[in-house]
Amino acid sequence: MKLEKAILAVITTDKTRVAGGAPIFICDNKKELESAAANIEAITDGIAHALSEEVFIIVKH
Amino acid sequence: MNEYTLPILFGIIIGTIVRMLMLKTDYRQYPTYLHGKIIHVSLGFIAASLGALAVPALMEMEFTAVTLLTVAATQFREVRNMERNTLKEVDEFELVSRGKTYIEGIAISFESRNYLVIFTAFIGTLLYIIFNIYAALLGTAICFFIGKKYLMSGSTIKDIVDIQHKEISFDGAGLYVDNIYIMNIGLPERQEEIRKYGMGFVLKPNNINVVTTIGNLGQRQAILHDTSVSLGVFRDSGTPALSPLIKRDLDDGRIGIFILPQVRDVEKAKKVIGSVPVLENALRMPSKSDSNKKEEDAH
Repeated sequence: MKLEKAILAVITTDKTRVAGGAPIFICDNKKELESAAANIEAITDGIAHALSEEVFIIVKH
Repeated sequence: MNEYTLPILFGIIIGTIVRMLMLKTDYRQYPTYLHGKIIHVSLGFIAASLGALAVPALMEMEFTAVTLLTVAATQFREVRNMERNTLKEVDEFELVSRGKTYIEGIAISFESRNYLVIFTAFIGTLLYIIFNIYAALLGTAICFFIGKKYLMSGSTIKDIVDIQHKEISFDGAGLYVDNIYIMNIGLPERQEEIRKYGMGFVLKPNNINVVTTIGNLGQRQAILHDTSVSLGVFRDSGTPALSPLIKRDLDDGRIGIFILPQVRDVEKAKKVIGSVPVLENALRMPSKSDSNKKEEDAH
């Protein structure tokens, strides 16, 4: 089966809000969160989407 | 040499010339390369020969010879397949792809142009044999004119919608063109790039038929492809966040176009969007359906 869309990673500064399947990256502050998201976005060819201030997901489209 | 040699030669030459005239390279850059052109001119030559040869065959009462034309039909369906396959293969490596609907439209027009050539060569040869070369020249000119004017030029986007330039804006991470949601962009630096390079347009449909036509995903992809070709595109492989997109306003059927052009000229962009062809495969006519007609009569 070919997945059309998939969450490749979850990046957060608040570890109480995340759990489960995709790889989770926990950061200390907003700046680190953004640079991690930018990096993973570039590495995985995905798009960084913001769900809230604390939670970003990288999605492959 | 017999009485048919000159008419047949005339038909073949005129048919090939007509094919060459139809083979213009424009902003779509297809077929741009010499070899692509050679293929199509050669096929045009074959088509012209078939059209021209059919006339003497009929005159000599060789009616079975007309079955040759069915071979032609098969042959030119193959042309459509060839074009479709080539374009599909190449499409994967476009920064902004053409989309299957657009490719299908191009493939169909390549096939149909060969039939136009057969028809023109047929008429040319027929008129030459019955009357003289001048009548034949006039006849082919009329054929070419009709083909060019009515059969080859469909309508363009500007005929069916009203194109407006609208600012792009962010609401949190959400990117909007006017009030149409486009996508979620998480990173502030990407948002900054999009603010800097992005442009937004809204297409407002003129009537109910157009709503479905411009809602068609293939038609939308064609708009994105053509604008990216004409205006350039600010993106690269590995930056999917920077991709031009079109989304629809479900309330009224308007579509919001978000593009990242390298040439940031509003008037030029409007012109380019306006001259995108309306794809035959995207055309819908809901107003012509029986149920809609009955409703109108009742009112």
